Amino acid sequence: MSTDAHAGHDLHGHGGDHGHDAGHPESTLGGYLTGFFLSVVLTAIPFWLVMSGALGSKEATAVAILVLGAVQIVVHMVFFLHMTPSAEGGWTMMALIFTIVMVVITLTGSLWVMYHLNTNMMPMDPSQLP
Amino acid sequence: MTTMTAEAVKTEDKRLFYVADEHEHGEGGSTLLGFWLYLMSDCLVFAVLFATYGVLGGSYAAGPSPRDLFDLPLVAVNTSMLLFSSITYGFAVLEMQKNRANRMLLWLFVTMLFGGAFLGIELSEFAHMIHEGATPQRSAFLSSFFTLVGTHGLHVTFGIIWMITLVIQVWKFGLSEANKRRLLCLSMFWHFLDVVWIGVFTFVYLMGVLR
Repeated sequence: MSTDAHAGHDLHGHGGDHGHDAGHPESTLGGYLTGFFLSVVLTAIPFWLVMSGALGSKEATAVAILVLGAVQIVVHMVFFLHMTPSAEGGWTMMALIFTIVMVVITLTGSLWVMYHLNTNMMPMDPSQLP
Repeated sequence: MTTMTAEAVKTEDKRLFYVADEHEHGEGGSTLLGFWLYLMSDCLVFAVLFATYGVLGGSYAAGPSPRDLFDLPLVAVNTSMLLFSSITYGFAVLEMQKNRANRMLLWLFVTMLFGGAFLGIELSEFAHMIHEGATPQRSAFLSSFFTLVGTHGLHVTFGIIWMITLVIQVWKFGLSEANKRRLLCLSMFWHFLDVVWIGVFTFVYLMGVLR
């Protein structure tokens, strides 16, 4: 990986001799094609699952498409956005991990709190309305 | 004690306890990292919009539900448009690395076509929904839907405007270092939008039809 990472260094205007900056990794045709192939498969499967109802239960389908979506995001990160632990001396990875933590807190927190808020509201069906 | 420490520091003044980061960075040396940080903050914007949709996505106000509105084959076509535009932008970056400006411009043009097709399909979908009365004002579900998907579409629009700008830049000034840097930034932006779209079609469209 390190040879890959150093190949694209002319873009930075300074050499790769200092340790904290591993630079932006070089893109390769193989990497893009692998990412594209995996993305097509990982997009086609969830659409097929939902449109055909192949798994039977809704819960199983929901879990499956969420997992496939998460895997596809990782595929895009690795093959298209070239995320590696060494890119830019690890700072892009640090920023990404921090962002993922914030995103998880935002999403789970909102959904969790608001779900309980909804279910704990006073039950009322339309016939009780004035 | 303190004088001793001070002296020790003086004698071994080469031992530094912080990162000695005073070497010259070339122009634009930190642009890609800075742009990545921008993308991460943009990611938080989308996280909030996703959370809003997650909370309000079931509040139809007796209006149309996702099952009534969403046309999955059309969404699949739209998704493939964005996916194709991602790989063609990848090809443009590969040509850029080989310093072949004309081929790079060709791939950038193809990417623009796919991006434009994506926007066209999305706008026609919106127009169709609004024509059927499913406007953003209709229910909380539709408000949050249009905000989330519309924000993504707005990003794609700006990505295409940026792409047109860069086509003109490269056409006039060639593949200079600055233009290469800009092309790499737009590459990250474009692939990032595809990542957000994975969340949209999974969480909004597929889960919505499933609900």
